[in-house]
Amino acid sequence: ADIISTVEFNYSGDLLATGDKGGRVVIFQREQENKSRPLSRGEYNVYSTFQSHEPEFDYLKSLEIEEKINKIRWLPQQNAAHFLLSTNDKTIKLWKISERDKRAEGYNLKDEDGRLRDPVRIKELRVPTLKPMDLMVEASPRRIFANAHTYHINSISINSDYATYLSADDLRINLWHLEITNRSFNIVDIKPTNMEELTEVITAAEFHPQQCNVFVYSSSKGTIRLCDMRSSALCDRHSKFFEEPEDPSSRSFFSEIISSISDVKFSHNGRYMMTRDYLSIKVWDLNMENRPVETYQVHEYLRSKLCSLYENDCIFDKFECCWNGLDSTIMTGSYNNFFRMFDRNTRRDTTLEASRESSKSRAILKPRKVCTGGKRKKDEISVDSLDFNKKILHTAWHPTENFIAVAATNNLYLFQDKVN
Amino acid sequence: MFVRGLKRKCFDGEEDIEGTLAGIKAIPSYNLQRQSLLDMSLVKLQLCHMLVEPNLCRSVLIANTVRQIQEEMTQDGTWQMMNTQSTGQASLDRLVSTDILCRSSREQAEGKHVPSYGTFSKNFEGDQGQDSSETMSTASSVQAPRNLQSNVWEMENPQENKGNFQKSLDQIFETLENTSPNSVEDLFSEVDNSYYDLDTMLTGMMSNTKMGHCDGLETFSSPTNTASNSNCKSDLNELDHIVEILVES
Repeated sequence: ADIISTVEFNYSGDLLATGDKGGRVVIFQREQENKSRPLSRGEYNVYSTFQSHEPEFDYLKSLEIEEKINKIRWLPQQNAAHFLLSTNDKTIKLWKISERDKRAEGYNLKDEDGRLRDPVRIKELRVPTLKPMDLMVEASPRRIFANAHTYHINSISINSDYATYLSADDLRINLWHLEITNRSFNIVDIKPTNMEELTEVITAAEFHPQQCNVFVYSSSKGTIRLCDMRSSALCDRHSKFFEEPEDPSSRSFFSEIISSISDVKFSHNGRYMMTRDYLSIKVWDLNMENRPVETYQVHEYLRSKLCSLYENDCIFDKFECCWNGLDSTIMTGSYNNFFRMFDRNTRRDTTLEASRESSKSRAILKPRKVCTGGKRKKDEISVDSLDFNKKILHTAWHPTENFIAVAATNNLYLFQDKVN
Repeated sequence: MFVRGLKRKCFDGEEDIEGTLAGIKAIPSYNLQRQSLLDMSLVKLQLCHMLVEPNLCRSVLIANTVRQIQEEMTQDGTWQMMNTQSTGQASLDRLVSTDILCRSSREQAEGKHVPSYGTFSKNFEGDQGQDSSETMSTASSVQAPRNLQSNVWEMENPQENKGNFQKSLDQIFETLENTSPNSVEDLFSEVDNSYYDLDTMLTGMMSNTKMGHCDGLETFSSPTNTASNSNCKSDLNELDHIVEILVES
């Protein structure tokens, strides 16, 4: 199994897609209610596996283009088939996943094994009939959106109009129509004329869940810009600018790096957005630009280790974050296969671990705690014992139920709320 | 990978040796840490160029860190080794704040001393010229900018802003080596110094780099910095050396 690079539930939550470093997409489907096996509801089994992207070679620059899937986004279901967008660094593909459980039999012009029948030998006509067959799930690429990004694509986001979507790389954001592959519109361009003057890049972008003219993008300097596509064709000038003033007492050479936003997500109700930087998660009210309304510390104990984390490059890890369906809880990953949940109403937070040792099937996860100094209590783990190679960068929350998917390197963990 | 092999101990605790000395000695310690961070950053940037395609976000963040350090170093007047009262105080203040952020209590208690760092500090406190550096890691980081310049000359595709880039690189060299007051003013102009220019230019170049490309150097006439011109052949040997090390690791 390869390293998982993205995890995403579809709109109903019945399907869960994962993309990996090898360019593969694996889709899991939720088991339906089954009276004979009441506990089987909630299990996800493999539904479809396909190779989405292959490694490519850019001959002009003598560079390899990785096949790693950076993001998957589902389209809302409009017919029997499912559609999703998957992207690597350069190319976005629209995939159709459809089921086939019937086969036509009794053709006139060909045999059952496909060989053509001699027309002279046909004495009578028959109507082909549909016979059931074993379920087959097929994935086929329906659109390929290529050659629009000079830099690495970090985000894709489907618009609430279900007809357009955006793709963002380090310096530009493009708007596409799902039906049109040979043209896209550039809506944000922050590339300076002189690349020597480059000091800021785009790190993530997302469309508003209800307002089809609004999107946001975050930057490596810890700022978020909200843009309205009605104001101009090129949205280089933002409508709103979100930035928290820096705390001068905590300034260091690493301040800018740790302020770089790795993920931005709108809440389901569209009133808030959440940003993840290296040490914290911030919840912003879209109507207040000068500071977030809530800030949650994910792993503050790492603040004294920033230099080591800079040396081993961990400081550049890009953690994602997600909302639950009710926007009452937010979740993000950390190191040592820990992931954190914050209840916005009670202000309580939990640290859980995704590992084989600590989670047997159906066992209840034990909350974990990191000891920051002094005496280490039993069951606590000290900061220096944390495994920084075990990082949880990708998590996803079911759209309506308390079901979460956590990707720990090359393993996928599914957890659900205690069923009483 | 290479960066992890570098046994360069950074901020997280080794300043205790100097920390125990009072007053003015504490300032070189902060400068040492800062210099170490600068060198580490430059190595990281150079390694970016060795990769298939550098991560632009990471490169930009590292380059901004480098610029920050350089700006602070010039403001401190560190180059001239001037120790006026005001700058001394400012450095101490910054020393404290950086400490809090980067030190772990355990390392404070142990007061670790790292031998390679001792060597480095000796060179630093001397004449600021780092040609006599002994450790491999120091060599790679200090020589890195010069190698970058020699690599630039091997480029086949002319860049429109190559003139600017040359000038910028020269300024970087001056930052690291020069003690003359003139360099300070130069630094306040284009400090941004195109590390991603290096990214874009060198990624294409690095994939087909062979050792010892002297031909390009003979034909290319550099408009500035004749000092580097004379060092180009030795720089290439150092480049060989570094690439060898990279391959081995």
